[in-house]
Amino acid sequence: MAELDTSGGGKHKGGKIRSKKASTRVDLTAMVDLAFLLITFFMYTTTLQKPKAMNLAMPDNTDKRVSLPIAATRSMTILLGSHHKLEWYMGEAGKTAPTVDNFGAKNIRKAILDNKQKVADTHSGDEKLMEVVLKPSDKSTYQDLVAILDEMKITDIHIYAIVKISQLELDDLKKNGLQ
Amino acid sequence: MTAMCDVAFLLLTFFILTAKPKIDDPSHATVPPSTAMVPVADANMITISVGKAFGKDAAFFSVTEQDVRKAILEEMGTKYGVSFTSAEQQRFSVTPIFGVPMSRLKSFLDTEPAQLKDFPQTGIPADTTNNNELYDWIHMSRQAEVGLHQKLLNVSIKADRAEEYPMVNEIIAILGKQGLFKFDLITSLKTASNN
Repeated sequence: MAELDTSGGGKHKGGKIRSKKASTRVDLTAMVDLAFLLITFFMYTTTLQKPKAMNLAMPDNTDKRVSLPIAATRSMTILLGSHHKLEWYMGEAGKTAPTVDNFGAKNIRKAILDNKQKVADTHSGDEKLMEVVLKPSDKSTYQDLVAILDEMKITDIHIYAIVKISQLELDDLKKNGLQ
Repeated sequence: MTAMCDVAFLLLTFFILTAKPKIDDPSHATVPPSTAMVPVADANMITISVGKAFGKDAAFFSVTEQDVRKAILEEMGTKYGVSFTSAEQQRFSVTPIFGVPMSRLKSFLDTEPAQLKDFPQTGIPADTTNNNELYDWIHMSRQAEVGLHQKLLNVSIKADRAEEYPMVNEIIAILGKQGLFKFDLITSLKTASNN
């Protein structure tokens, strides 16, 4: 690329002696050094992996007209405790003993999917969809909240809400050492 | 050498074109992973970063629009009885993120840019009492955006993964107080390794 033919245009038999032309090769080392320096600089100062946004819609508490009661037979309540653990139960608080569970595909996701299937089997029409109530305790972390909201998306639960935890449920978390 | 030079400049061009400067986030929040795939928008965005500063929960405020920043500084100054010089206003409009209460904002803006890293940013007061500066910052930004561009600002929360729920709940409550019920939680893409 940066070279030209500087051989002098063939042999001259007994022609004039031409002065030797200087080479047109450019030393690129400095330029390449500079280019790589700039590349390194840009690589360190830019963010390649953009953060992702997870959409969250909280219930509008200013609108007093719409407040649908939660049907006990098709609602699942998930309590977020400390140490990245959770408890879940179906139906009303205090009636069924909560199950202590962990996050992850084999634990809570399986429980959600099982319950979802059960609700779909025992109900008909519009009531086939399971409702999930999420109740984070004061000792749960933001990571747990995001993880459980993510599970809602993965398991395709459309009706869910974050609700304030009750004293009864807090006591149960305490009993299981999750508070 | 020629080929290497070509490659180097090709890469350089690529990085320059895709470059978006990394903003130094004083909250140092490590966001939790999720499977959400939608990238965070670059413009029209308020971001509330929540992290630990000096051992306490602290909220940091950031809005992408420069003219909105300028407008809210004046509004906030009027409300809290602080007057800012034009140099301070200029500095504020190029400050992408901050976390100081109104009482210390003036000295924050007077600090030399080189020493700004050492300035103790203790977070914007965001308690549920009347002294809720975070509420005002968000509220005034949204008003300013409507006034200046006739657009609505999106709000996103960027919290550290180890942040406990009450602080997150407080931010959600502050948004709820001004009728904001839809917002984004900023997460990183979950990979197979941290599943």
